[in-house]
Amino acid sequence: MSSLQGYVDRRVLLVLQDGRAIVGVLAGYDQKSNVVLSDSKERVYSLDEGVEEVPLGLYLVKGDMIILIGEIDEDIDRSTDLATIRAEQLPPIRY
Amino acid sequence: MLIFSVFKTLTDQRVTVELKNDLSITGTLKSVDQFLNIRLDAIEVLDQARHPHMMAVKNCFIRGSVVRYVQLPSEHVDTQLLEDATRREAANSNKQR
Repeated sequence: MSSLQGYVDRRVLLVLQDGRAIVGVLAGYDQKSNVVLSDSKERVYSLDEGVEEVPLGLYLVKGDMIILIGEIDEDIDRSTDLATIRAEQLPPIRY
Repeated sequence: MLIFSVFKTLTDQRVTVELKNDLSITGTLKSVDQFLNIRLDAIEVLDQARHPHMMAVKNCFIRGSVVRYVQLPSEHVDTQLLEDATRREAANSNKQR
């Protein structure tokens, strides 16, 4: 069983179907991979300016919306300066 | 169910997963479940320069429903065995009907 158990209480990156990226601490999840994030922020990427972080607080994301959940390596994340990163948003999914 | 079993035999192999958002992620297959959700370790994103979003991510959980392709290491898949198992499963399901 490939569960999300190992990610509870860790900082994770959520990639959603529309290409949005949200980081937060995984507070809980269920069988349908619905997920609750605490202290969450959306990371808005653009080519013209650095990454903008929009605070979202406690957030529940429906499992159907989720593409990927990644565990964030805190050291690497802290040492990257988001303001210097220029990138397109991740593409939304196409069937 | 058959493919689930195939994936289970491939744990600890390097696989490349192409997602429906055109992102390709290579990683070590850690586990799979009945929805074909996939856990990957030591991941690398194809075209990291264009997609720096996952720079700090070393292992991830991919939802089975958004996987388009999985590239498997051919030397670790016994295609003959897979064909036989497929026929056996097809024969069984015909019998039940």
